[in-house]
Amino acid sequence: MKYLSEYRDPVAAAEYAKAIRKITTRPWTFMEICGGQTHSIVKFGIDELLPKEIELVHGPGCPVCVTPLELIDKAITIASRLEVIFCSFGDMLRVPGSERDLFQVKAAGGNVRVLYSPLDAVKIAKENPDKQVVFFAVGFETTAPAHAMAVYQARRDGVKNFSILVSHVLVPPAMEAILSAPNCRVQGFLAAGHVCTVMGFEEYFPIAEKYKVPIIVTGFEPLDILQGLLMCVTQLEEGRHEVENQYTRSVRKDGNPGAQQLVREVFAVVARKWRGVGEIPQSGLGLSSAYAEFDAEKRFGLEDYTAPESPDCIAGLVLQGQKKPHECPAFGMRCTPEKPLGAPMVSSEGACAAYYRYRRFETAHAIGAGKD
Amino acid sequence: MSAPKEFVLNCPIKISDYPTVTLAHGGGGKLMHQLIEKMIVPAFQSPLAESRHDGAVFSVGNARLAFTTDSYVVRPLFFPGGDIGSLAVNGTVNDLAMCGARPLYLSCGLILEEGLPMETLWAVIQSLKRSAEAAGVQLVTGDTKVVDKGKGDGIFINTAGVGVIEHSLTIAPVSVRPGDVVLLSGDIGRHGIAIMAVREGLEFESAIESDCAPVASTVMRLLEAGVEVHCLRDLTRGGLGTTLIEIAETANLHIGIEETKIAVREDVAGACELLGFDPLYLANEGRFIALVPESESERALAILRADSTEASVIGRVDAQHSGLVTMRSRIGTQRIVDMLSGEQLPRIC
Amino acid sequence: MCLAIPGKILSTVGVDIERTARVDFGGIVREVNLAYTPEARVGNYVIVHVGMAISVVDEEEAKRVFSYLEEMGEFGELAELRADEGPKQ
Repeated sequence: MKYLSEYRDPVAAAEYAKAIRKITTRPWTFMEICGGQTHSIVKFGIDELLPKEIELVHGPGCPVCVTPLELIDKAITIASRLEVIFCSFGDMLRVPGSERDLFQVKAAGGNVRVLYSPLDAVKIAKENPDKQVVFFAVGFETTAPAHAMAVYQARRDGVKNFSILVSHVLVPPAMEAILSAPNCRVQGFLAAGHVCTVMGFEEYFPIAEKYKVPIIVTGFEPLDILQGLLMCVTQLEEGRHEVENQYTRSVRKDGNPGAQQLVREVFAVVARKWRGVGEIPQSGLGLSSAYAEFDAEKRFGLEDYTAPESPDCIAGLVLQGQKKPHECPAFGMRCTPEKPLGAPMVSSEGACAAYYRYRRFETAHAIGAGKD
Repeated sequence: MSAPKEFVLNCPIKISDYPTVTLAHGGGGKLMHQLIEKMIVPAFQSPLAESRHDGAVFSVGNARLAFTTDSYVVRPLFFPGGDIGSLAVNGTVNDLAMCGARPLYLSCGLILEEGLPMETLWAVIQSLKRSAEAAGVQLVTGDTKVVDKGKGDGIFINTAGVGVIEHSLTIAPVSVRPGDVVLLSGDIGRHGIAIMAVREGLEFESAIESDCAPVASTVMRLLEAGVEVHCLRDLTRGGLGTTLIEIAETANLHIGIEETKIAVREDVAGACELLGFDPLYLANEGRFIALVPESESERALAILRADSTEASVIGRVDAQHSGLVTMRSRIGTQRIVDMLSGEQLPRIC
Repeated sequence: MCLAIPGKILSTVGVDIERTARVDFGGIVREVNLAYTPEARVGNYVIVHVGMAISVVDEEEAKRVFSYLEEMGEFGELAELRADEGPKQ
């Protein structure tokens, strides 16, 4: 596939690995923000190609993982109602709530549908006027434009039986939270290429300056990640801390103005709770007052519900890069993809699941070591 | 890199953790395997069932027979390249072929939902008939039941099949040896994607048709040529990845495969990229793997290639990390191929 | 987050915020909303996330991943010299 397959070329990958090895003179710790990048790194074994001085820690780039427990509970409450067709991306179906997950709601007879696009939920609402159609609007900045378009179309076409359950989070506040934590080990960032396709990368300059970390806007294919790492290591070795763009085939400095505009119209920046991390001010999106009628929490009267998180799940530490998945005492034992304690084990993008699924021999040893 | 250490993963999940059966239990992945291992096999207590192969092989008088059963619950009932009827015949025919048997007779049990249009039933029955003819088997007995509306997805079909074994090989995981090579009979993922393409909420335009087809004739040619086949397994639910893991675990050997040797059609790959699927775990209905000694590799490959130009040698067996399946990625790195928990779902992440 | 892949625009329908396209992803085709890529034309590749095109692939920049390695080779010695001086921390 064009503009995809060529970035998986083994010869170029080996060349990049060689270049990285050549310029690395000391240990460096990097974080990739995006779950899709985590997936790629673990699936293609990219860290196997890197010199041992380079450590990759996985960031909170999985909106599924950071969706707070109470929002999953709200989703389950709504999905369990007879008059509701609950639509969601596949990722959310196995994320555990306080008692069960959406998959179990489906098994019990709930009308839960997996969709590729939120725009299809609006179509379903039009086709089922006697039902309430709710879309679980989870995501980072990349997905907000699609949710904004869905709501915009519903308003334009007078679709009254459509609403969204919003769990949108923003990347820059998360990066700041990680960087300002006292024991932050991250020295360089690979920023999320598709988030930046939408938002541009202006907002990273003050962060790079304030915390003195290089930030490279990076794509998702092996060569993208390797080039991003090479650019990041080069900066660190040269003592620079700038924002650079690796993913130039998709990302422009200003991002996508049309998408940003509709997102600004439909959504407003709000405080959001991040699972395992807590509330970060100005870190998420909620529907703006002009579009409040499409807010499922309001429509179903669930605004005041809260729920405490599981004490065993160290998702927060993993998401902040303080711990690796296999360093969690529950990893592979009490917490597995079949019976996850927290979202990072469930989400196909979650660091824990990525480690468990594509686990390399070292982590396999860790799982095996813990067995009775 | 230090030498990888071997280990055996014992899943700690107690089956009592699931008070009810969930869809994931039927997905072909870990949960289904647990259900089988912890509840079903112990209950049946038969040495034949212990072989964990696609069918049971036994002797009656001088004849060696193979016996198998499978149930079909696919939705939608009709999809590009097939329907529940053709699946029901070919699935069971292929399971018999995987035992090295020549498929002969099938039974067919129908569970119909009240309200199912007669036209639909007729179309499925015609498909059963055509598929049986194409596969060279006879549908000789059956049963029909009707359940209340809402209790069945239109139609459920169970087929059981009997075949005769005309050679003296034991074709099962227990026969696999270090040094064997793994052959794949064609490209993977067509069935899984063909179903996705027509599933509500995920639809897309595609020319991809299910690969649903009988493989018995290809297998018969392998056996008639005298190839020393150690193991056969068709790919079905859970895909190539799951199938390889099942064999590696049962045989207690290691299977190492090469990603670049596994054929995936460009449009199937495109659909996988779009929805975030790994082709390794997609369902197939007309593909199988054959494990043969290295010395037979060329001959076996030539026979498979006569039916599908994409047939290839995808890996080999050794005793180094027993029970594991590993894959060398296209960029040259190694990863462990694990079983999925349940079915793959399209993702945004 | 953000599984988004490149696809080729085969045809378009409508204008402005209503514009959609049939986009080819390696042989499968899906309808994609082009509201956010008004500059996209038939034959262009767009990056698509959950049914929305979020950017048009810059075909010149797409080659950079490969040309960068060559450039690195040229400046390789320069980087080694600087590394000897020791980066500031």
